[in-house]
Amino acid sequence: MATETAHAPQTNFNVSNEKMGMWAFLGSELLFFGAFITVYLVYVPRTADGPGPEVFDIPFTSVSTFILLMSSLAMVLALAGMQDGDLRRFRTWTLATALMGLVFLGGQLYEFTLFVQQDGLGLTTSAFSTSFYVLTSFHKVHVAVGVLMLGTLWFMSFTGRIRADGQGTNAVENVGLYWHFVDIIWIIIFTVVYLIPVDLVT
Amino acid sequence: MTDTHDAQQEQDQQGQHQYPPSTGEYWQIAAILAVLTAVEIGLYYAGQAGMAASVTIPGLIILTILKFVLVVLWFMHLRFDRPVLNRLFIIGLIFAGVLYGIVALITLT
Repeated sequence: MATETAHAPQTNFNVSNEKMGMWAFLGSELLFFGAFITVYLVYVPRTADGPGPEVFDIPFTSVSTFILLMSSLAMVLALAGMQDGDLRRFRTWTLATALMGLVFLGGQLYEFTLFVQQDGLGLTTSAFSTSFYVLTSFHKVHVAVGVLMLGTLWFMSFTGRIRADGQGTNAVENVGLYWHFVDIIWIIIFTVVYLIPVDLVT
Repeated sequence: MTDTHDAQQEQDQQGQHQYPPSTGEYWQIAAILAVLTAVEIGLYYAGQAGMAASVTIPGLIILTILKFVLVVLWFMHLRFDRPVLNRLFIIGLIFAGVLYGIVALITLT
């Protein structure tokens, strides 16, 4: 950590360029997802006589949501392990975070398969289905990118680029910020898309 | 990280919360998040069972905001970090809100 302090380029705000860049990126991502959530809310009543939000499986999605929420806990515990110089704890919790991300992704893909095969809710079935798939798929892409970054961090801890002396802590923190962001976006999607009744949204 | 530590030193002098939070605090936040999620799901089913939407919808929105704020402040450490990072994030939130407001206005009219 001290090594990185000495070499990390600082902005005028006494914040590293990487961290400032990550927060600016996350701020822009809020607008990105805000646009897709807005589009979903506009198109949710337009089901073109096809399936609507009644096909959502709330118990199944609730479990997925819980897993993603707990992956955020695993992420901060990985960062805490890094800050304590405990590389073993860092590896364990990083792996746990990535695995929970994969379980979430698997669950979501399974749900998509059911929507398409059982309910006939395809990507182009209606404006509702398109806006739903685009919003949730972009979120899944973000989760997948997060899992890749976590896997990279995990491997880096074996190659010496992330070390117990604090080398690589900034990278872990920035990946953690990204992961938590993916989580807060799902917190919003879960309520807006799954829990709030459509007739009230419209 | 190190930026957070610098900010924390200032906060320590002002008697504010300590950075980094203990792992016990992280588990507590996670437990609160789990409970809030369970309440959300309970509200959903209460709505299905006939509870007034004037209760369930604001309840769901408040719980979502609470969960959002908890993750951002504690897990993303924004509570302990430089104010400029807060501003960057809030600007994004405001823009997203304005976008929604404009589209909602156009759709309603």
